[in-house]
Amino acid sequence: MVRHTIEKAAEIIFSLCAFMAVAAVFSITLYMIANGLPAIFQAGWKEILFSSVWQPTAQEPSFGILYVILTSIVGTFLAVLLGVPVGLLTAVFLAETAPDSLAAVIRPAVELLAGIPSVIYGVLGMLILNPFLYRLEQKLFAGSQTHQFTGGANLLSAVIVLAVMILPTVISISETALRAVPPELKACSLALGASPVTTVFRVTIPAARSGILAAVVLGVGRAVGEAMAISLVSGNSVNLPLPFQSVRFLTTAIVSEMGYAGGLHRQVLFTIGLILFVFIMMINGILSSILKGERLE
Amino acid sequence: MMRKLKDDVLLCLIYLAAFLAEFLLIGILAYVFVRGFPHISWHFLTTVTSILEGTVGIAGNIVNTIYMVVLTLAIAVPVGIGSAIYLNEYARPGKVVRLIEFTTQTLSGIPSIIFGLFGMVFFGVTLGLGYSILTGALTLSLMVLPLITRNTQEALKAVPESYRNGAVGMGAGKWYMIRTILLPSAMPGIVTGIILAVGRILGESAALLFTAGSGYFLPRSFGGWFHKLVESGGTLTIQLYLSMEKAQYDTAFGIAVVLLGMVLCLNLVTRVMVSRFEMPKYTDAGGR
Repeated sequence: MVRHTIEKAAEIIFSLCAFMAVAAVFSITLYMIANGLPAIFQAGWKEILFSSVWQPTAQEPSFGILYVILTSIVGTFLAVLLGVPVGLLTAVFLAETAPDSLAAVIRPAVELLAGIPSVIYGVLGMLILNPFLYRLEQKLFAGSQTHQFTGGANLLSAVIVLAVMILPTVISISETALRAVPPELKACSLALGASPVTTVFRVTIPAARSGILAAVVLGVGRAVGEAMAISLVSGNSVNLPLPFQSVRFLTTAIVSEMGYAGGLHRQVLFTIGLILFVFIMMINGILSSILKGERLE
Repeated sequence: MMRKLKDDVLLCLIYLAAFLAEFLLIGILAYVFVRGFPHISWHFLTTVTSILEGTVGIAGNIVNTIYMVVLTLAIAVPVGIGSAIYLNEYARPGKVVRLIEFTTQTLSGIPSIIFGLFGMVFFGVTLGLGYSILTGALTLSLMVLPLITRNTQEALKAVPESYRNGAVGMGAGKWYMIRTILLPSAMPGIVTGIILAVGRILGESAALLFTAGSGYFLPRSFGGWFHKLVESGGTLTIQLYLSMEKAQYDTAFGIAVVLLGMVLCLNLVTRVMVSRFEMPKYTDAGGR
């Protein structure tokens, strides 16, 4: 009898634990909507989403976050454009071309890169990348009257830091995908006279495309959600996302102002959080449909 | 001839890309250690920054970090293991399991700044915990929950079915079987999950900035060590970020060395665990 009670209790406790994840996702969604929506109604969605003037503490405050949204989209796109080819080639190296001795050196390095705290990437970006880009900026805009100098803290810095930060994700997932390609496919290609390199680019990579796509999407998710590293290197003023402009992302907008914001300003920051959350949920949706498709194949 | 050239160029690019990762890692480690190592001293590690006494130190942040790691694990590990046991041993495949696995996957995709916002309004405001180590730990425990659940689940899957049948056949109850047979066999996988979680907690900053705050003092009295749970406390990573904002680069690099040292140690331990027990490892990156 006692034993039966214990067994029953154990099952109930375990099932409660399992529902924690459901409860967490449910309440995060609920809280993001409940805190993010009011400002949209109060300030008007056109005013927030399609205005580019961000003056939250002015006498007549304006909460346009168009540039902030654009920065996140453009910045993420460029970071993926830069990071994915490098990541994919590294994955090809690890899965196909590397001799064991070299793979044994590169793979741990990739794993360690994934473990380095994001703030440290920000620190190095700020102290190495920014001065370097500032010199480049001085050369490029030497005679310019209109250019506002950023000291190297601009979109380009943020993009480079993001590209480095998504590398480990892209590499490890693409490598898994490349390794899952059946060896017969490669053998056939080689037997037909294709060189090993041609085989990789014409056979192996196309065969692994859904896994590589998953890697890209996960990389996008990483880049969109990154906050602390880019808040140190991106300059933090609201501008149109051009390479040598100081910019503010969705994430860095929250980081830099949540500490002191109040009233409607604070609510708008939650709206920014909600927009970020919607982006992430869309990315999650795309990812799970890719993974589902892969399983069906 | 052209084809050979093209192949060589592509191969060259592949090698370049691969060595970029190596170069980045060595560059980062070297730069941080060279700039930070001179600032590490016994004094730096054991005192608290104080203008009155003219000291610069991170003892308070180290203590906060330890509190944060222990507290987060105390919450997340039992729940994560319980969840994995339910999914693997009790639940029948179907809608419920799919829902739980889907939400677990979703949870691991949510960026830390969103966890920070949620933690701030839910644990901080709704539950009234304010800026405190407890708020931070509750927030982080949601964040690392998928790591613990996934790794435990994979470890449980790897336990042979015959172990279960054997135990039940000898008259053991299900809970007794889980406790004495399954969990010990799955221990390496569980520990791997825990180590990965510790790495996440050490490096986290966005989720903690608005939940745990930035306090850096040591408790003054015996009771203070308990009261600390409901006081604001910044971990090493938070202090690193704040030092950068205040342009205190020496402190920042000192902390960076300490953090990187910890990350290197954790990485080494994971490597030993994974190779010794041949465990599959699930990171948030989704790789194995």
